[in-house]
Amino acid sequence: MEMHLPRRRLPYLLPHLLPSQLALPPRSLLPLCPQTRSIPIPPMALRAIASRKTLAALGSGLRAQARLATTAAAAAASRGLVTFSLPDLPYDYGALEPAVSAEIMQLHHQKHHQSYVTNYNKALEQLEDAVARDDAPAVVKLQSAIKFNGGGHINHSIFWKNLAPIHEGGGEPPKGSLGWAIDADFGSWEAFVQKMNAEGAALQGSGWVWLGLDKEFKKLVVETTANQDPLVTKGANLVPLIGIDVWEHAYYLQYKNAKPDYLKNIWKVIDWKYASEVYEKECR
Amino acid sequence: MSANTMSYHWGKHHRSYVDNLNKQILGTELQGKSLEDVIVQTYNNGDLHPAFNNAAQVWNHDFFWDSMKPGGGGKPSGELLKLIERDFGSFEKFAEEFRAAAATQFGSGWAWLAFNPRPSDGKELVVLKTPNAVNPLVLGYTALLTIDVWEHAYYLDYQNRRPDYISIFMEKLVSWDAVSAKLEVAKAQAA
Repeated sequence: MEMHLPRRRLPYLLPHLLPSQLALPPRSLLPLCPQTRSIPIPPMALRAIASRKTLAALGSGLRAQARLATTAAAAAASRGLVTFSLPDLPYDYGALEPAVSAEIMQLHHQKHHQSYVTNYNKALEQLEDAVARDDAPAVVKLQSAIKFNGGGHINHSIFWKNLAPIHEGGGEPPKGSLGWAIDADFGSWEAFVQKMNAEGAALQGSGWVWLGLDKEFKKLVVETTANQDPLVTKGANLVPLIGIDVWEHAYYLQYKNAKPDYLKNIWKVIDWKYASEVYEKECR
Repeated sequence: MSANTMSYHWGKHHRSYVDNLNKQILGTELQGKSLEDVIVQTYNNGDLHPAFNNAAQVWNHDFFWDSMKPGGGGKPSGELLKLIERDFGSFEKFAEEFRAAAATQFGSGWAWLAFNPRPSDGKELVVLKTPNAVNPLVLGYTALLTIDVWEHAYYLDYQNRRPDYISIFMEKLVSWDAVSAKLEVAKAQAA
C-alpha cells in the first residue's frame, strides 16, 4: 500500500518562527497573562496589517522590483503557501529627519527589509517542497535562512511602528501604565534610556537592542539579540515593545562609526503608541 | 574602494580597535603578549573574553589591508595557482566559492582563503566564512586572504549591494602577491 504523508501546513511546523509578534496584540484579555504559546496568526490577517499611508512616488526600478516580488508571491500564494509582504511605512522617508535621514529610511525599507521578505518567502516555499518530499536534511538546512530572513521581517516590521515624526508624537516618552512601569523597573526614564544606549553601543557586530516585557513576571527588560534573531530567542516569555536596529546599515550613511550618536538621536523619533498598546493588552 | 571609505575604515574603525584594545589590556596579564597570543587566549575556545573582539579585529584589519593593493585583481600564479587548481578544481571554482562565502556570511564577518596544515581530506586550501571578529587563527588554520564583509567596509560605496563590492574586490583589489607570500610561509611552517 502506498504511503502518503499528509501535506502539513507550515504554521504547525514552525510556530515560534512565524511573525506572531507582528502588530496584532495578543488576544488574551484575562487579568493575568496565561502561559499559553503564541497562536500562529493566519496569513490573511498579517497581510491586512498595512499602515495608514502609502509610500510616496517610487522610482521605476522599485516598481519593477515590487512587481517581481508580487508576481512571485502571487504564484506562491496560488499554491496555498503562506507569503509575506513588505508593510508600508506610516510616514514619508524624510519624515524622521534630522534624526534618521531619508536616504537611510528609503534604503532600509526598500532594499534591506524587502530583501528579508523576498528571501523569507523563498525559504518558506523551499521548506514546503522539502516537507512534501520528506527531505529531513533539507528541512533542517533551511532553518537558518528562515531564522535570518523571517527574523529580519519580524524585527523591521516592529521597528517601523516604533518610529514616528515629531509632529505625530515621535520622541514623546510613554504615559500611562507603561510609563509607570519604566519608572518602577528602571528607576527613571533617563536610567532606562541610558541602559538601552549602553547595551546598544556595546553590542558587537550586527543586532538589535530591545525593551521587552517578560509576560510571566510582568517585568520590563532590556535585552539584545544578535543578527536578526527575534526577541523571543532570548526567552519564550519575552514580548518586544521597542526595538532599535543597531546593524550598521541602520545608521552608517549618516553617523558613520559614531553609533552612540545614532542611539542618542533616535529617541527623538521613537514613538510609544504601539508599545503601549501591546503592554496594556498583555498586562491589564 | 573610495578614499572616503578608507579614511573611516582605517582612520576610525581600525584605529578604535587598536586604542580600545590597548586600554583593555593595560595592567592585565595580557599586556606585553603578542597580538596572536592575546587573540587565542581571549578566544578561550569560543567562550569569549571581553578583549577578544578588539584584539581579533586589530589583527583582521591589518590582514585585510595586506590582502589588497592598488591595481590588484587578476589571477594568481605559480605554486598558489597550482594548489588552488588542485584543491578547488579551477581558479574560477575557487573564486565562485570565495564570493559565495563573502555574500552569504549573515550579519557582520569575514570570508577567508586559509591554509589547513593538517587536512583530513588532503585539501590544504579552504574557503571559510566567520562571524564578527572570529578568524582562522583561532580555528587552527593559517590565513592567506580575507575580505571584510562588515557593512562598514562597503556601505558608503555600495550601500546594500554587497555582491558588487565583492566583485570589485576580486577584480581590482586583491593582491595575489601577498597571498603567495603567505602561502610560502604557511607551507614552511607546516613542513
